[in-house]
Amino acid sequence: MNPRLLPYILILPVTLFLCLFFLYPFVLVAQQAFSNGSGFTLTNFRDVTEHWKFPISLKNTFLLALAVVPIQLALSLLMATMVTKMKKGRDLILYIWTIPLGISDLAAGIIWLAIFEQSGFLNSMMGGLGLIDSPTNFLSYQSPVMVFVAIMLAEIWRATAIMLVILVAGIGLIPKEYYEAGEVFGATPWQRFLKITLPMLRPSLQTALVLRVILAFEVFAVVQALGGTLFPVLMGETYAYQFELLNGGAAAAIALIILAISITFTLIIMRALRVPKGATI
Amino acid sequence: MAVIEIKNVAKRFGDYQALHDINLTIEDQEFMVLLGASGCGKSTLLRIICGLETASEGEVWIGGKRVDHLQPKDRGIAMVFQNYAVFPHLTVFENIGFGLRMQKMGNDEVKRRVERTAGLMHIEQLLDRYSGELSGGQRQRVAVARALAMEPDVILMDEPLSNLDALLRMEMRAELKGVLAESNTTAIYVTHDQVEAMSMADRISVMHEGKIVQAASPIEVYRNPAAEFVAGFIGNPPMNFLEATSHGGGKFSVAGHSFDGPDAANSNLQFAIRPEDMTLSEDGFPAVAKVVEPLGAHLLVTCELDGKLFRAILDSEMQVKPGQTLKLAPMPDRIRWFDPSTTLAVA
Repeated sequence: MNPRLLPYILILPVTLFLCLFFLYPFVLVAQQAFSNGSGFTLTNFRDVTEHWKFPISLKNTFLLALAVVPIQLALSLLMATMVTKMKKGRDLILYIWTIPLGISDLAAGIIWLAIFEQSGFLNSMMGGLGLIDSPTNFLSYQSPVMVFVAIMLAEIWRATAIMLVILVAGIGLIPKEYYEAGEVFGATPWQRFLKITLPMLRPSLQTALVLRVILAFEVFAVVQALGGTLFPVLMGETYAYQFELLNGGAAAAIALIILAISITFTLIIMRALRVPKGATI
Repeated sequence: MAVIEIKNVAKRFGDYQALHDINLTIEDQEFMVLLGASGCGKSTLLRIICGLETASEGEVWIGGKRVDHLQPKDRGIAMVFQNYAVFPHLTVFENIGFGLRMQKMGNDEVKRRVERTAGLMHIEQLLDRYSGELSGGQRQRVAVARALAMEPDVILMDEPLSNLDALLRMEMRAELKGVLAESNTTAIYVTHDQVEAMSMADRISVMHEGKIVQAASPIEVYRNPAAEFVAGFIGNPPMNFLEATSHGGGKFSVAGHSFDGPDAANSNLQFAIRPEDMTLSEDGFPAVAKVVEPLGAHLLVTCELDGKLFRAILDSEMQVKPGQTLKLAPMPDRIRWFDPSTTLAVA
């Protein structure tokens, strides 16, 4: 066999698999989004974007991503730095911190629902401490801020670890000598973080942020569990069009809009965190 | 401009004692080399002086000020690292100016100092490059320039040339010595390479198992090793040793020959002589040549004498064949004596 063909033969199964189960459905979805049974049309996109719920769910999705991702970035950087500095018990702490990764997002939503609902842990704790007389419903249409905060907390709790794992691996790759040089040449711990860790962590930050931002635009189950219809998001609308309104074309259109947003933000992140030409990290 | 005093410094890592009670004074503008095999504690001592490591005991003084409780940046030092530690995400300019930027120095002054030190190290044409685009030698130059730009009182260097190839190392050795002499800084240089140490140092501290065995000028260390370890470590090949049996009154017999040794000694000693300090003479030791290595400049002959290996460096014109018996006479003023019980030199 021609050895030059070997690499292509080896990647063939994966390529076929992806074509069959990703590319082909993707083409179908695109077809569905851009047609109304008789030819090319933008009607589906006009229908979904003109619906009164679209701007709200778009705004909510962005707002949530904007509130959650920076906090997760800061938290995961802090946690990664702390974990790296640990001499003993480092792996144990990492395992504990990454437990939420093993829990499905719906389960995560339900856990936080159990805390915030009227008969939940928070109410019984505050009642027990005598802070409130009777249980309150935190997650009602009367307290949209509380709903938002609950969703934020659940998202932060659930999905910070994925960034943490990537950043811990990234920090581990930075040679210790750079920090020693930084220390000798007068950089304070904070300056070492800003001038050495952050720039040298750029490739890992890229990966972590891209992954996290894409997931943030796809947020669904946690929101569904905690906010239900009180806090519409784009993915929830996709679900509603597909399974409640049985409008496959509209669902496909929203899915493509989410994809476009994800691609845009991926490009922005890659651009913002690019390594300067010639620099090797 | 600073004298460095190391007083009773000891360092323990758990149960392992890396340094034992080190005392050393390094004069202002002196070029001090810490020389020893790997694991002898020389890098640990350097790291204690620079503040990357804390001594378990003892004090470090730089320029009349006690510094061992200070952070590295407040000690008036700069350092050149073994693997350069040139930041890959910064240009050469920003690398050299790194320490100055940390001091919040003005742009004009940073530019002036970076350009001056880059000029000294002949890398002014590389200022816009990143370290990934540089060769090992160029990276080393950046690391030295970064240290010089700080205009420090003391420059510390941890095996700075060990990652370069032999030719480049020789070139950098001479250049580094020149640049440092002009900068008027005190320098401490860690190496395991004795040629580097001999050629660069004003004074060499030979270290062994966490102790300084001898601190003296290169020629003194070479000619008058203070201990058997130094005699066996410095010089390539090192000194030859033979058993010397005492007959009292400073008389010794060595491999069947009589020698006058140290008067005070009445016990058996070790007789030591450098391979090049031998002449061919009828009344010399009869040594049987085992291996003959023509090295161009001279001839290295490994012989057997008194049941031990005994090396002699002879003129390269000499015709010596394995199996031949040579008559090797040690030059009387080059003979050294060591006490086997203390391993120290006896005068």
